[in-house]
Amino acid sequence: MKLTLKVWRQKDSKAKGQIESYQLDDVSSHMSFLEMMDVLNEKLISEGKEPVAFDHDCREGICGMCSMYINGQPHGPDSGTTTCQLHMRSFKDGDTIYIEPWRSAAFPVVKDLVVDRSSFERIQQAGGFISVNTSGNTQDANAIPVPKADADKAFDAATCIGCGACVAACKNASAMLFVSAKVSQFALLPQGKIEAKDRVQNMVAQMDKEGFGACTNTGACEAECPKGISLENIARLNREYIAASLTSDEH
Amino acid sequence: MTVLDSKVPEGPIKDKWTNHKNKINVVNPANKRLIDVIVVGTGLAGGSAAASLAEMGYKVKSFCFQDSPRRAHSIAAQGGINAAKNYQNDGDSVYRLFYDTVKGGDYRGREANVYRLAEVSANIIDQCVAQGVPFAREYGGLLDNRSFGGVLVSRTFYARGQTGQQLLLGAYAAMNRQIGKGKIQMYNRHEMMDLVIVDGKARGIIARNLVTGEIERHSAHAVVIASGGYGNVFFLSTNAMGSNVSAAWKIHKKGAFFANPCYTQIHPTCIPRSGDYQSKLTLMSESLRNDGRIWVPKKMEDVEAIRSGKLKPTQIKEEDRDYYLERRYPAFGNLVPRDVASRAAKERCDAGFGVNETGEAVYLDFASAIQRYGKEKALVDGVKNPSKEQIIEFGEQVVEAKYGNLFQMYEKIVAQNPYKTPMMIYPAVHYTMGGVWVDYNLMTTIPGCYAAGEANFSDHGANRLGASALMQGLADGYFVLPYTIGDFLANDIRTGAIPTDSSEFEEAEKAVRERLDFFINNKGTKSVDHFHKRLGKVMWDKVGMSRNEQGLKEAIEEIRQIREEFWKEVTVPGGTNELNPELEKAGRVADFLELGELFAKDALDRNESCGGHFREESVELDGEQKGEAKRDDENFAYVAAWEWSGDPSTSNLHKEQLEFNDIELKQRSYK
Amino acid sequence: MSWIKNTFSSSIGKKLLMSITGIFLIVFLVVHLTGNLLLLKGDEGVAFNAYAHFMKHNPLIAASEVILFAGFLLHMIDGIMLWVSNRKARPQKYAVPNKSKTRNWVSKLMGPFGMVILVFLILHLYQFFRFKFFVEPPSHIEIDGEKVADLASIVYAQFKDLTWVLFYVVSMGVVGFHLYHGFASAFQTLGLSHSKYNKLINGVGIAYSVIVPLAFALIPILIKVMCICGPGGCTAGH
Repeated sequence: MKLTLKVWRQKDSKAKGQIESYQLDDVSSHMSFLEMMDVLNEKLISEGKEPVAFDHDCREGICGMCSMYINGQPHGPDSGTTTCQLHMRSFKDGDTIYIEPWRSAAFPVVKDLVVDRSSFERIQQAGGFISVNTSGNTQDANAIPVPKADADKAFDAATCIGCGACVAACKNASAMLFVSAKVSQFALLPQGKIEAKDRVQNMVAQMDKEGFGACTNTGACEAECPKGISLENIARLNREYIAASLTSDEH
Repeated sequence: MTVLDSKVPEGPIKDKWTNHKNKINVVNPANKRLIDVIVVGTGLAGGSAAASLAEMGYKVKSFCFQDSPRRAHSIAAQGGINAAKNYQNDGDSVYRLFYDTVKGGDYRGREANVYRLAEVSANIIDQCVAQGVPFAREYGGLLDNRSFGGVLVSRTFYARGQTGQQLLLGAYAAMNRQIGKGKIQMYNRHEMMDLVIVDGKARGIIARNLVTGEIERHSAHAVVIASGGYGNVFFLSTNAMGSNVSAAWKIHKKGAFFANPCYTQIHPTCIPRSGDYQSKLTLMSESLRNDGRIWVPKKMEDVEAIRSGKLKPTQIKEEDRDYYLERRYPAFGNLVPRDVASRAAKERCDAGFGVNETGEAVYLDFASAIQRYGKEKALVDGVKNPSKEQIIEFGEQVVEAKYGNLFQMYEKIVAQNPYKTPMMIYPAVHYTMGGVWVDYNLMTTIPGCYAAGEANFSDHGANRLGASALMQGLADGYFVLPYTIGDFLANDIRTGAIPTDSSEFEEAEKAVRERLDFFINNKGTKSVDHFHKRLGKVMWDKVGMSRNEQGLKEAIEEIRQIREEFWKEVTVPGGTNELNPELEKAGRVADFLELGELFAKDALDRNESCGGHFREESVELDGEQKGEAKRDDENFAYVAAWEWSGDPSTSNLHKEQLEFNDIELKQRSYK
Repeated sequence: MSWIKNTFSSSIGKKLLMSITGIFLIVFLVVHLTGNLLLLKGDEGVAFNAYAHFMKHNPLIAASEVILFAGFLLHMIDGIMLWVSNRKARPQKYAVPNKSKTRNWVSKLMGPFGMVILVFLILHLYQFFRFKFFVEPPSHIEIDGEKVADLASIVYAQFKDLTWVLFYVVSMGVVGFHLYHGFASAFQTLGLSHSKYNKLINGVGIAYSVIVPLAFALIPILIKVMCICGPGGCTAGH
């Protein structure tokens, strides 16, 4: 099929970018979206032009690296998929496809479609862990039974791949779904409860510092999350935060 | 041969690790603060090593080429992690895990290392649970286990189909804690360009900031390489696009021996290639073979009718189907080990029976399972005389509960409903057992330079068992390296910070810059991917699932030609001082082009069939095992460790003889 | 008490304040509505005027008026602050507007709807307070021997004017939409979300956002249609 691609091109973080138009004449519907981008880049290289920079790695929907805002939706039109899992059969011959980077003050563009998500890193560093050292003397893994329902919910939250689609989709560029997933995973497990108060307060403080917006409970994040992380996690985050604010000894 | 000292401690195998830990040097906490360690790679091995070393007090610098440590390709591991916990009371033990791993590796791993791996496996689970890894649990709240390829006990811990992700996020969280404390300095989007050796010891690296293009010098008292495997030498593999051999290859060229490069695991259940534009292959968990039956049509006319779309697979009659695994291996059937299943699929497709347009696919059919489960469920639910439709409906429900996420993944990629029509699968390169040679301490032949995880060669011999890669990565990073590295660093407590203005750093940086400039200025006619794809094709056709002398010799010649052409004709757009993915790829492919030749050379040298390495010349000629792989313990029970000497063609072979004192060598039979 | 400041200056804290003041205003609406329904009693506004008189003289009510006013003010200021910081979070807009599915279409328009409601409130309060501060009430009645403004008649007269009726009805529609998302959203922000009760919360929220604004809107409509008048006649205030 033939496609017109409107791609955001930006030399580096300081440059002013613009949308540029490219034609591709021979796209197979079996291709993945990123393979279509590979074809575009091969074409650009053969024409002596600079290929489009975009983040990608595992190409099987788990590393969270790929991050394209396609025709008004993070990761494109299919639900429950990352950009790399999107296939060209979701498009029609003659379509015009707009491809933009994630837009958020906390995700500055590095180049073309590549953004800097180190704000997510700093949020995790502020408290996205359980403070336990590596040791061969940790108590036996079965010493504390965990109700299956809690373990399953913790797992559901833990499946977050940190891609940032939630931020990209949110009208406020809020990172609440991302933060809530990590806070929820640990809040649901007995091992994580010990430092739950500090964790939630530190992670939220860092989230605010990074310049993400607040949550209007629109649910766009949940709809676009390739892993289907639920808004219930945001409610849990709110609950944890309120409880921590009311009862913690510090902060 | 004197160069290769494996440093395996004396004494009975079960006491070796404990005794060793008791005897090796330890650095006191105050001195650890004065010592720098560089860790390259942030997967299970690198991430856990960096976190553990930082917890112990070392100053750690950690590097990854992705935008976050959490993206390392360990994240994609699906199935699970083995540990000898014996929670299921089915007679598992450290010895049994050790035995299974050595046998699974076709007796080409180092006994002492494997025993240690089995020994620390239980600690890994304890550690991960303490970190908040949400493993699957039973209703009583205790951890669940499942069984995995070719073993007789249930020892695999899992987190649905995303075990690797959860374990990596555990290690990542442990890293984050140390980064937050300033104990780890994290360098995201940085690629190691070379190793710097000062006075014979690994003392730092040259790294490139992939965003700005800046070339940086980083010094340390020891360097750990945990950069994963080199499956992408085949271009198409289940590895991530960025997975590469470069870090391991750089240290190889600086003196670290590279062991058993030809040992590659080709996983039988992957989604087939669909066209030339294909960029990578996707794995479907091995667990599918528990219920799926693998077949191709018996008649060539049926194959042709399927390919042209005139017939659907469901229209092929039962008697016209060739369930070739069940036919050839009645005892294990569809559950033969990965290497055997892969070769059998290739054999059928080479004979022309492949069922898709490319001729490289076989069916994995769930229809019988759906029938079987459907009848069972009807019985359990008290439905008497269920209709055909009801049975199918019930059966699909059961199959969905077991494999729903995998079926969904398949449908997303192929756009076919695997409940209604059989899946198409084909083998794909998945894991490389070979890697940097290390001794018992995980140190390479360069003093102060270590290799961990898939990057080293140590534990899986010639074939890796399912759910063992995660175990090895975390064992190396959490429980082995943090101890053994102290033995070396104890001599460095008075060394002080290593200066980066020495001539060694200067020279290394200069070489790196020259190479980068070369790529940019070469202005050839062909893209990096062009060469990578050509290399991949040679590797797959001649150094893939089945190898012979003639093909390997041709491969060596062809790879050499591609390499020569690459250096003449490669074109890299853009500049060096910017984010330039093509420039990154160029450096990696240049290294693959050298590794590929050594890989073929190693495969040529090893004139026996063992595990993932199948030489057509080395098969059983008669008897029940006719046509099956034949190992040659008399001549090849060694680790082939290659020493770089300027060109792959002149690499020197060093042999580490493998001794099996605790396990008797036997033929693997699955008939 | 820096923890209070810390809490309410965080993004979650600001939302928490929106939610608490929002729920307070939701409760207030019911009180307001019950009083207003007296206008439809058909007693020429006697009950309504008595109610208004009571409200004016009860010190507890006077105090709650201050709280109410503060509630509105906090809800507005906090909303504007959130709006500003949310806009700052995405300085560069997308070329293609977002097409992501949302729980409801209103959720993306809470700010604009809030602004419409603010305009309504200003006019609404002006209608009410102008007779207190600026204009002599057109008619008076006597309650407990005291001469007071005949508020009922003022209201009745006002809603003889179709423009005002329409303005109030449309405004109540906007209030309804604002509540439609605001009600459930307030609970979510408070962390009161559970798969068992979410349906109930959403159901009550939808019912509330339909019934209450509809009841409010019915008042001017009925006054207009049924020609309800007060003792001061139907032209008072005009």
